[in-house]
Amino acid sequence: MGIALRPWIAAILLAAGLASVPFLVKPYQLDIAIFLLINLLVVVSYRLVTITGEWSLAHVVMMGVGAYTSALLAKRAGLDFWLSMPLAALFTAAFAFVLSFPLFRMKSFYFLIGSFAAGEAIRLTWIRFYVPFGGPKGLTLIPPPQLSLPWLQDPINLGRPVNFYFLALIIVGLSLLILWRIERSRIGLTLQAIHWRDILAESVGVNTWRYRTLALVVASFFAAVSGALLGHYVGAVTPTRFGLHIMLYVLVWVIVGGTRTFYGPILGVVTLSIIDEFIREFEQYRPLIYGLILILTVRFLPQGLESLVLKALAGLRSRNSQVSQPVAGE
Amino acid sequence: MFELILQTSVNALVASSFTALVAVGLVLIFGVMGIVNFAHGELYMAGAFAVWHLHSVLAWPFLLSLAVAILIVAAIGAVMERLLFRPMRSNPLGGLIMSVGTLFILQVVALEFGGGTGRAKHVTPPWRGVVEVFGIDGVTVPIQRLAVIGISVVLLGGLWLFLHRTKAGWALRACAQDPEAAALQGISIDRFSLLAMVLGAGLAGAAGAAMSPLLPVEPSMGHAVIVTAFIVIIVGGIGSIEGAVLASVIYTFFDTFVTTFVDGTIASILGLLIMMLVLVIKPTGLMGVQEKV
Repeated sequence: MGIALRPWIAAILLAAGLASVPFLVKPYQLDIAIFLLINLLVVVSYRLVTITGEWSLAHVVMMGVGAYTSALLAKRAGLDFWLSMPLAALFTAAFAFVLSFPLFRMKSFYFLIGSFAAGEAIRLTWIRFYVPFGGPKGLTLIPPPQLSLPWLQDPINLGRPVNFYFLALIIVGLSLLILWRIERSRIGLTLQAIHWRDILAESVGVNTWRYRTLALVVASFFAAVSGALLGHYVGAVTPTRFGLHIMLYVLVWVIVGGTRTFYGPILGVVTLSIIDEFIREFEQYRPLIYGLILILTVRFLPQGLESLVLKALAGLRSRNSQVSQPVAGE
Repeated sequence: MFELILQTSVNALVASSFTALVAVGLVLIFGVMGIVNFAHGELYMAGAFAVWHLHSVLAWPFLLSLAVAILIVAAIGAVMERLLFRPMRSNPLGGLIMSVGTLFILQVVALEFGGGTGRAKHVTPPWRGVVEVFGIDGVTVPIQRLAVIGISVVLLGGLWLFLHRTKAGWALRACAQDPEAAALQGISIDRFSLLAMVLGAGLAGAAGAAMSPLLPVEPSMGHAVIVTAFIVIIVGGIGSIEGAVLASVIYTFFDTFVTTFVDGTIASILGLLIMMLVLVIKPTGLMGVQEKV
């Protein structure tokens, strides 16, 4: 019984720790924490695409599709955040489904370039068409989420940083839980199989095209959720927020963390965000430091930070059982 | 109207010549090493920055600055091959990621080199004056732009002669066609990867250097170029130098005409859609070869 309780205790401690963040940090750090939560969802959903073996360069644009859709629904149709966010995510998922038809006719390098072309074309559409996308300046004055409770006279403004932190924590937490369940399900196992041996998977009757599409659609859905969160928190969306350089940052987070485990990308984005905080005064050197970290990781730690964790875990396990086990990742 | 069409054609010719320089370099690197060099736009930018420093700050003659700029960028290419791409020989995705890292680094280096502010630099054009084309009044082309065409033709012609008339060029083409078979013939893949990278980077640097008096020189100037170059190498057929040149001409004519008569963003969107179409219908492009199984 004691063993069965342990994960629960860990989960409660983690939740308590995360919930106390807004009361422990400086205001600007709370801002960073909110962006970190949003980025967590971006990288974990991105990993769902990468485990099928294809590296998309359109993921951040999918995030943008969600942000723009939710903003337009809120501004033009006057919808509440609670409606505009899920509708935007569904729209983005449908959009990704349509895109999957041309994209999945390509593989490896061609997929990479094709996804880049699709994403860039979408982004240029936002820049070119002032109605309804607002051109290069994008959309502003996106209403913050409100929460009306029956026993309160005025709705709670969730746009305030402390409130928004909890909103993001709950939405991102739930999303990660769903993504984790998908990973552990039959679908997740099949996706891994497609990554390692797609021809073999096909020959035993797996419709690889269908699973790849499913991964892309689900990943885009959650990218859109993170995009909607971003748009409603900042109050504005612009085309530059979803440009190639942002996509490259996502790539750095994911690669530095590693893509073999669920927590790899999380490790990457958290570590680099902490580094960001240390180099805050040298903001203009950030790309340089990211570039160096990326190069050193690929050169000397090709499986990312997660491989260190895997090794440490394997070391612990073998010490506990006094039996040497093969080190994971070798 | 006739004049406008002629004028646009002349402009397109200028654009296609420097695009061809960038795209051919990208194809050369991909052909021999199998790596998509994402930092290629930054090499172009480095060429422009080098000319800005040598010609505008140190007041060297333009042609000397151009030659030294090409050498500098070729040297950057050599360092990239030796330090970053060579350890990734068996891992094309690793090479691509290495080039992304280089892209970040070069942008910051350029920013620092330019004085730390993002403000665009301007290179004083060495040649002034215009030439009338076909003796028609309205159709003129600045000598500076003619120089870009001239530089491109000389460099691409030189590359063609090198690839087809020398033993080293023949070996380089062999590496691009089939690295394993080339290695079996005693061709050193290491040496020819280095050569491909030096030539490819040098060409990108040359394009940036030649265009520098015509454009604002800034750290982000590589972005537009790399997008165009991707479109061109996909349409031309990845790995084919002739295809890259042909596609440069076709695409830039299309792009320049749509930009002049409709607008620039629409031209880019259409270009990207054409690239998608090529990827779906004929991934080998205009002159590409079928990938081996």
